[in-house]
Amino acid sequence: MSGSVLALSGVYKSFHDQTVLENIHFEVKQGEFLTLLGPSGCGKTTLLRLISGFEVPDAGTIYINGVDVKGLSPQQRHVNTVFQSYALFPHLNVFDNIAFGLRCKGLDKAVIRQQVEDALNMVKLAPLSQRKPYQLSGGQQQRVAIARAVVNQPSILLLDEPLSSLDYRLRKTMQIELKQLQIQLGITFILVTHDQEEALSMSDRVVVMHDGRIEQIGTPREVYEEPSSLRVARFIGEVNIFETQVISVDEHVFHVMIEGKAFTLKNRRHFTADQKIYTLVRPEDLAVWSPSEVTDTTQMFPGVVEQVNYKGCTVDLMIRLESQTLLAAAQFFNEDDEKLDFHSGESVWVHWIPGWEVILPDES
Amino acid sequence: MKADQLFKWVNIASIWLWLSLFALLPNLLVLFTSFLENDPVKLMRWKFTLSNYLALLDPLYFKVFWHSFCIAALCTVICLCLGYPFAYLLARLKSHYKNLLLFLVIIPFWTSSLIRTYAIISILKAKGLLNTVLLSLGLIHQPLAILYTSTAVMIGLVYSLLPFMILPLYANIEKLDIRLIDAARDLGANTTVIFARVILPLTLPGIVGGIILVFLPAMSMFYIPDILGGAKSLLVGNLVQNEFLAAHNWPLGSAVSMVLTFSMGLLLLIYWRINKTGQNNESISKL
Repeated sequence: MSGSVLALSGVYKSFHDQTVLENIHFEVKQGEFLTLLGPSGCGKTTLLRLISGFEVPDAGTIYINGVDVKGLSPQQRHVNTVFQSYALFPHLNVFDNIAFGLRCKGLDKAVIRQQVEDALNMVKLAPLSQRKPYQLSGGQQQRVAIARAVVNQPSILLLDEPLSSLDYRLRKTMQIELKQLQIQLGITFILVTHDQEEALSMSDRVVVMHDGRIEQIGTPREVYEEPSSLRVARFIGEVNIFETQVISVDEHVFHVMIEGKAFTLKNRRHFTADQKIYTLVRPEDLAVWSPSEVTDTTQMFPGVVEQVNYKGCTVDLMIRLESQTLLAAAQFFNEDDEKLDFHSGESVWVHWIPGWEVILPDES
Repeated sequence: MKADQLFKWVNIASIWLWLSLFALLPNLLVLFTSFLENDPVKLMRWKFTLSNYLALLDPLYFKVFWHSFCIAALCTVICLCLGYPFAYLLARLKSHYKNLLLFLVIIPFWTSSLIRTYAIISILKAKGLLNTVLLSLGLIHQPLAILYTSTAVMIGLVYSLLPFMILPLYANIEKLDIRLIDAARDLGANTTVIFARVILPLTLPGIVGGIILVFLPAMSMFYIPDILGGAKSLLVGNLVQNEFLAAHNWPLGSAVSMVLTFSMGLLLLIYWRINKTGQNNESISKL
């Protein structure tokens, strides 16, 4: 456990015979920004409450700074939480809210004052220290909640969907501020979210959860570009999936037919002949050409544009192939293709650069 | 005028009229009477005087007020000590029986408080239920003389007024956000600190509400000392009753009544001020 601030080993939890968490293993390094990502009900908040000590695991061990925290109450753990609804004390002003934890430790008044003022400056709320929570905006309340937690200098800061109640623009700003704060403080952050964009843009590593299990742990780039399962691929970003069967296997490659075209792909996962596989391609990895632009169509699929969505930085197309498969393709404006002038009903050719696809075995 | 506007005005006007006629006017009459001279034959003389109020400066009356105040205060403290834990547990209960239990608190209101007070006699009297049970269990060897003591009065007062403490506390505690307690634990607060610095301040409106609903009636519940205390322990309520019905001194009775009314008004004012300074404005409006 050396070097890791948090380690979970074989953690199980169920409520009323319903399994909420199953065999959870992972470690978090000092100063890391880790995100627990998953749809609601996947057990990510329960996992957070196990770490903070509000819930007790049925089985397994949780180590904080190398120490088994079994039997330690939330009060005794060197961990603080930023709650989803902030849970600020409504009867206390900003200063007293932030000072709450320090006062519980029985610190000297002058020390408390100094530390609270530092925390207030850090979250840029010094002028509002005498306000009550109800006199603050959502974003300001959020900052108080963060200051109230970090002022105790926890080993780990747990954040339970802290940005979910803010509007889009404020959420973006707070994401950047939170990330900066984490770098500045060097505290380990564990953030729970169902927003994949938030998870990708803020974290050092992402833990993708589904139905109480960990589907994949990796850097944002790994979970997006090399998803370990269809579930992860589908949950994080959009993806086009081609279902096929391996025809034959050579030394390092295998042969498949996708949409009636023959492909030879690298065999990284040691597939065998006749195995059912899925070939995954992200919308932005698909290139769309009009018939006049192409010459070699051996690995291209013919289709018809069904929908055109102008998104500002991209044009998103829905393309119906001859096999009736619907593909999503995102086209960027760049110097080769300034116009991107697609309209529905237009015939096009679709292809991707070989090697950009992800191939997964059938799990069923 | 639109129909809903008309409804609004008729509604407000009728309530206003009702209260003016049956609450404001009688009170004004009492206030008016308290400034008239007493007449043994015609009840009162049409002559302005402050003598009724000056008479109350007599240490005897002051003693009654003080005694009354002490009994009401003790009753309130007992109700609070019994009612707070009960209301807290009831509000936090995650059971189907929660509403049933709350209902049981309210059920006694279906019977007249006077009848329930008489029922207490049959429990407390020398050969009553309580003594019979205690004797047969061998816990005591001779009957306890509770009836017609100040203990009996206190039992009666607490019994009658306890629901008035529980209900506002329950309404307040039920709305207490449990996540605040989680937050306090997360920040390292132990049980004592959580209660003193989070739960108590946030339920203060309920506490003050309960205190007022118990303390004010306890000062003036004349029939409970009459029935259970054998008229030995005198409350302000008994004093008013005596001046009107026994001594036939309506102006003096009115003056006592007015002093009681104004002291209650003062308490309500204090309550209102506490609420204004407290932040949870919405939790008071529910009372």
